[in-house]
Amino acid sequence: MTESSPPTDPRGLSRRRFVQGLAAGAAVATLSPQLGRAALNSAAARAGRYGLPELSGTRFDLVIGPARVDITAAGTPATLINGLLPGPLLRWREGDMLTLRVTNRLSTSASMHWHGIIVPTGMDGVPGISYAGIAPGQTFVYRFPVRQSGTFWYHSHTRFQLQTGAAGPLVIEPREPDPVNADRDYVVMLSDWSDEDPEQIFYHLKTAGDYYNYHRRTIADFFHDASTRGLGATLADRSAWGRMRMDPRDLRDVSGAQTGGTYTFLVNGQPPAANWTALFKPGERVRLRFINGSSMSYFDVRIPGLVMTVVAADGSNVEPVSVEELRIGVAETYDVIVVPRADAYTIFAQAMDRSGYARASLAVRPGLAAPIPSMDPIYSRTMVDMGMSMHGMASMAGMAGMPKEAGMPQMPGMAGMAGMRQGMSRPAPAMSPRARPNASGQIAYPQPQQVHLRLGPAVAHIAQHPTERLDRPGDGLNGNGRRVLTYDALVRRADGPQNGGFVTRDPDAEVLLHLTGNMERYILGFNGQTYDQSEPVRFPYGQRIMVTLINDTMMEHPIHLHGLFTELDNHRGRLRPLKHTISVKPGEKLHYFVNATEIGRWAYHCHLLYHMAAGMFTSAVIA
Amino acid sequence: MNRAPVLPALLAGLSLAAAGGLLAIGAEAQQQPTQAGWPQPVHNDPLLGYAVVNQNELRTGDGSSTYRWDAEGWYGDNLNSAWVKTEGNLDTGTSALDEAEAQLLYSRAVSTFFDLQAGVREDFAPGPARSWGAVGIEGLAPLYWNIGAFAFVSDSEHLGARLEGYYDLLLTQRLILQPQFELNVYSRNDPRREIGAGFSDLDTGLRLRYEIRRELAPYIGVTYENRYGHTAALTRGQGAPIEQVRLALGIRARL
Repeated sequence: MTESSPPTDPRGLSRRRFVQGLAAGAAVATLSPQLGRAALNSAAARAGRYGLPELSGTRFDLVIGPARVDITAAGTPATLINGLLPGPLLRWREGDMLTLRVTNRLSTSASMHWHGIIVPTGMDGVPGISYAGIAPGQTFVYRFPVRQSGTFWYHSHTRFQLQTGAAGPLVIEPREPDPVNADRDYVVMLSDWSDEDPEQIFYHLKTAGDYYNYHRRTIADFFHDASTRGLGATLADRSAWGRMRMDPRDLRDVSGAQTGGTYTFLVNGQPPAANWTALFKPGERVRLRFINGSSMSYFDVRIPGLVMTVVAADGSNVEPVSVEELRIGVAETYDVIVVPRADAYTIFAQAMDRSGYARASLAVRPGLAAPIPSMDPIYSRTMVDMGMSMHGMASMAGMAGMPKEAGMPQMPGMAGMAGMRQGMSRPAPAMSPRARPNASGQIAYPQPQQVHLRLGPAVAHIAQHPTERLDRPGDGLNGNGRRVLTYDALVRRADGPQNGGFVTRDPDAEVLLHLTGNMERYILGFNGQTYDQSEPVRFPYGQRIMVTLINDTMMEHPIHLHGLFTELDNHRGRLRPLKHTISVKPGEKLHYFVNATEIGRWAYHCHLLYHMAAGMFTSAVIA
Repeated sequence: MNRAPVLPALLAGLSLAAAGGLLAIGAEAQQQPTQAGWPQPVHNDPLLGYAVVNQNELRTGDGSSTYRWDAEGWYGDNLNSAWVKTEGNLDTGTSALDEAEAQLLYSRAVSTFFDLQAGVREDFAPGPARSWGAVGIEGLAPLYWNIGAFAFVSDSEHLGARLEGYYDLLLTQRLILQPQFELNVYSRNDPRREIGAGFSDLDTGLRLRYEIRRELAPYIGVTYENRYGHTAALTRGQGAPIEQVRLALGIRARL
């Protein structure tokens, strides 16, 4: 499928038209001479239906190439798709057979992956798993049918090209009428931009995990805590964290430039000052398709003055749920409907570690803007986030008895967390290999197979009492006075287009994966193993697999399984939401189901770019 | 001519073999499938280098002035690395080295926060050079103390040990107070090197640095040096001060 000829079609984008693309609010890119000749076939990029330059049809020409952009410093090297930041919006139609020619104009290997798209394994675009990648000067031709609809995105899967801009939005229009109606429809793609070379960022993290953390607790925090919580409690707290050698303010590894870090947060390629603006007429229903195309940043998104009605998650429709705020993990997408009536609103997406924000506007005409809210306080993790017992919080008594080797699960009573959360006692699960839903659709989970985890260079901590907290918005959002989206609130919509069947079958097998890491050495992995030490996770073809994830680290990880949808088990029975990326909170244990219907080998990884690079990456083999 | 440090090298080798053996248990060879001509999807165990000059300062007081350095660097991957450490004092009045040593160590990550290190140490000053075998641990102790604990065996069957550590106390995100100490102990008198048996010397400091960047932090500090027992007697014999409190001005730097 590889061709050596460069794209020959010089139709499409002229320099002038490209500049118009800029004016339409897409990118701050300067063309390299090479990219100036890049062909944009099919429909030429223009500000399309979703407010961004788009390409539509069934044949697409994409060129990944070098460029320089002027976001926060002049002429920062970037890796752009068709010279745009973000890459052109691809508009597909469910049921179409697509041909996508992706040409690599870089001097190094590249790739393109369609995030959340169900494709044959050879079309998935992960170097070393789906194919060899795309060599410099080569074109790879992807051909596959579109079997789904909704909001997704696409990006390079090679090294750190995503960080330097090689990502774009993807909207697939359904064949069946969408039950979600809107007068206006915009993609809001969030990303984190750095003027630093990402290799340098990775080096900084590998040699000092706290390199970008300028939110660490200081002596002033100590005195503040001592005066509010008491000296004893404060000393105990400092001692507990000090013994674990972890920092409760280690919320994100790479932080915003506003507090001394490196990132500037973008909306559709625009920094906060540029104020990307979506227009509306008062009273219109506006659909906003949030895509978190960041490398490392979680965002807490709100539009002060507006209620957001979430209608889709990761591209699949959900029952409308009204919230004032939502946290979007890296690689997740959420579609919301808002009905603005005033003249202007701020779309405010503060980075989870409060080291900066991305900002855009909803306005009745260009140039209007509403005030920008101040950022929320910085959260400090607690022992619950570490998967430690609530009772051991003050004294950390639990730490003393922490075994050097933990065969999970250790606590039979933990198996039915859903029940525990609702205050019901639940017997220890039977040893049956199958999970049985009870009358209310909840499942008493069986014992997953033993996983041997040992503390060692790659594992700093094992969560002793991981708990499911799907009903919690997440650290820094709990109890903030706003209605915040939770995973618990996601209920699959039964009418309208569907991205998968409704399955009620019991799982045939279970897979337990611990998310592990040691921030001091910046080694991450699954079950204490980095990619090069691991073997693939095996999903027998045709089986329904229950995956249990336990997060032993102190950071959220957005876990992405390629090639298949994952049905997050939030106790909604057959109406569990379909997702492609599931964010697991620190100290959390959660479950999802996978129908092993797509034969092949699939990437399975944390979507935090530098966590991936540090080893939290494996593959799933379906055979 | 120094004898080769056979005994220390043997000790070091044995320790590392034991560590390697422990790590190998339960870590059976596992593999992801590969295909000819395909790259690895991630390269999670890169070879990296790093260096930090923790002390790079002028100490003044008691009518004396000394340049002091204490630096270390490594090159390696997640579990294995080669380390170089060096420290010493230069008398700025006489331009003579009061003290100078360098170590070359192999380091193996053996636990979450600690590395086992073994190799050789060479003392260049004072007096004639002496070679040592070195074995010890270095890492992050509970409560965030960076700790090194080492044992040394010289080519003349002298034994030595060293405990050193530092801690970063954040006054603000960039203004950091660092207490630091180094304590040495030796088994025998070694007069030509101004070393006496027993606890020989303590070097501590309290430094306040400002991190302009992580890589560059000017500091001001107070250092306290003391010599004990036979070492103190030897120093006194040289007419040098036993106990010194001095002002330190320097720049901490790292890669």
